[in-house]
Amino acid sequence: MDKNFAARRRRDLIIAAGLAGLAALAPLFVKDVYVQNILILTLMYAALSQSWNILSGYCGQISLGHALYFGIGAYTTELLFTKFGVLPWFGMLGGGVIAALIAMGLGYPFFRLRGHYFVIATIVIAEIGLLLFQNWEWAGAAMGITIPIRGDSWLKFQFLRTKLPYFYFALALCCLAWFVTWWLEDSKWGFWWRAVKDNPEAAESLGVVVFNSKMGAAAVSAFLVAIGGAFYAQFLAYIDPESVMGFQFSLLMALPAVLGGIGTLWGPVLGAAILIPMTELTRSYIGGSGRGVDLIVYGTLIVLISLALPQGLVSLFSRAKTKGATR
Amino acid sequence: MSALLETRGVWQRFGGLIANSDVSISVGRGEIVGLIGPNGAGKSTLFNLIAGVLPPTQGSIRFDGEDVTHMPAAERCQRGIGRTFQVVKSFETMTVIDNVIVGALVRNTVMREARRKAHEVLEFTGLAARADVLASDLVPAEKRRLEVARALATEPKLLLLDEVLTGLTPTEAQTGVALVRKVRDAGITVLMVEHVMEIVMPLVDRAIVLDLGKVLVEGKPADVVRDPKVIKAYLGDRHAVGA
Repeated sequence: MDKNFAARRRRDLIIAAGLAGLAALAPLFVKDVYVQNILILTLMYAALSQSWNILSGYCGQISLGHALYFGIGAYTTELLFTKFGVLPWFGMLGGGVIAALIAMGLGYPFFRLRGHYFVIATIVIAEIGLLLFQNWEWAGAAMGITIPIRGDSWLKFQFLRTKLPYFYFALALCCLAWFVTWWLEDSKWGFWWRAVKDNPEAAESLGVVVFNSKMGAAAVSAFLVAIGGAFYAQFLAYIDPESVMGFQFSLLMALPAVLGGIGTLWGPVLGAAILIPMTELTRSYIGGSGRGVDLIVYGTLIVLISLALPQGLVSLFSRAKTKGATR
Repeated sequence: MSALLETRGVWQRFGGLIANSDVSISVGRGEIVGLIGPNGAGKSTLFNLIAGVLPPTQGSIRFDGEDVTHMPAAERCQRGIGRTFQVVKSFETMTVIDNVIVGALVRNTVMREARRKAHEVLEFTGLAARADVLASDLVPAEKRRLEVARALATEPKLLLLDEVLTGLTPTEAQTGVALVRKVRDAGITVLMVEHVMEIVMPLVDRAIVLDLGKVLVEGKPADVVRDPKVIKAYLGDRHAVGA
């Protein structure tokens, strides 16, 4: 049995390496900038959703306020860069650390809340964050920050002539988020989180310090999401509160995981690979004047998934196997 | 040698309701002690106080020579108090082995060790064949057994069993009894709440009867069942006179 388990984990790792290798080759065939753009966003949302999944999927603390950490990553990076000339790489790490600290600071009061109350708190806090940034003059308020373009440079992480560096960074971030999840899945933290999600009282009786587990999950999750935010800011070269902290980001982090399979290793990647290209395509073909068509598509998908496959699309792959094992 | 567990003058009030009043009990090392009493006697409350779900309103609890009155549940588990729940609380989305690994992680920080320990416990509790099944797919008797397995994986000195034998078929109950004996033989002290007298009484070394939140009688099972006060508490005055 242990061998099966180890083999499954090794297989996951090999599949991931294979997929990452294939993805790395994609730019050889995809020259179209529009399609490259979609690939970059897909990888980014896969990474974000994977990070969101750590707190909300594994640990069961559903957050619809992760846009806050995304925005903090973006703003920390750009404020440090434009005001103090700090390179985005350091800003990125700084943003990650600040987001993690804020996540823990917010967790302190809010992890006492359960279920819907917790979700509502996360939405409200993210909205407050958005309002604060919209009114914070020094940070550009509602006008936002334009990132000064100083030519293509890895050091400053900005590129005008090509999107490929962004593509590879998004791919690396996606791999990182996946690998962190993979690694945590078979760790004390991973087990603690799942136990906390399923039954906090029983977890506590088995020596799990529930509060600390939630704090740990929140910190890791927020850190990775903030790195994604920093990346997005560099990618856009312009940020304002709505474009890096809007509620849609919270949704777009949650939906791929829900679609693919919440609390699973492959769910977020699978969900993002389907959802993000679909939204981008509907936006450009049907969208235009009709902003919101993509939201109708999300809504329909989520309803269908929760009715037909509440465990998400990954359950299509695992269902046959578990049946064989039990009966 | 001092007692493993000792409660001194423990009170628990919920608003106007007194669930435990002045409960002082002690459990010696290696004993199987039965905690019995009619519904609403305060057994579960006392259990929760010992396990650390909530602190008592008044009084103190000592475990293994240490005051644990205000220690949180997770820490008590680390000190060696394991428990099961009357209403089973399996980790439903996790497999049986994963459920038990959560418990095993208390004393094994290396995953490989925790997993090995968990398999060992499944073997011990007779759940080995179900290791890879989701907890939600277990039948009720197996879920009870999983509760015990999980608690055993924390390598407790004291195991608190909350009605693990209730609601089982006679055969299932007998295997349960055998398991409890096996646990004690492995050197673990057992304190169990139970309803079914004819099953508990032959099993326990000592019985403590609670009624209306107080310790009513304490002693050898054979004496306890004949005690008029106990019969009165369970069956009412008329029967007590007859005894």
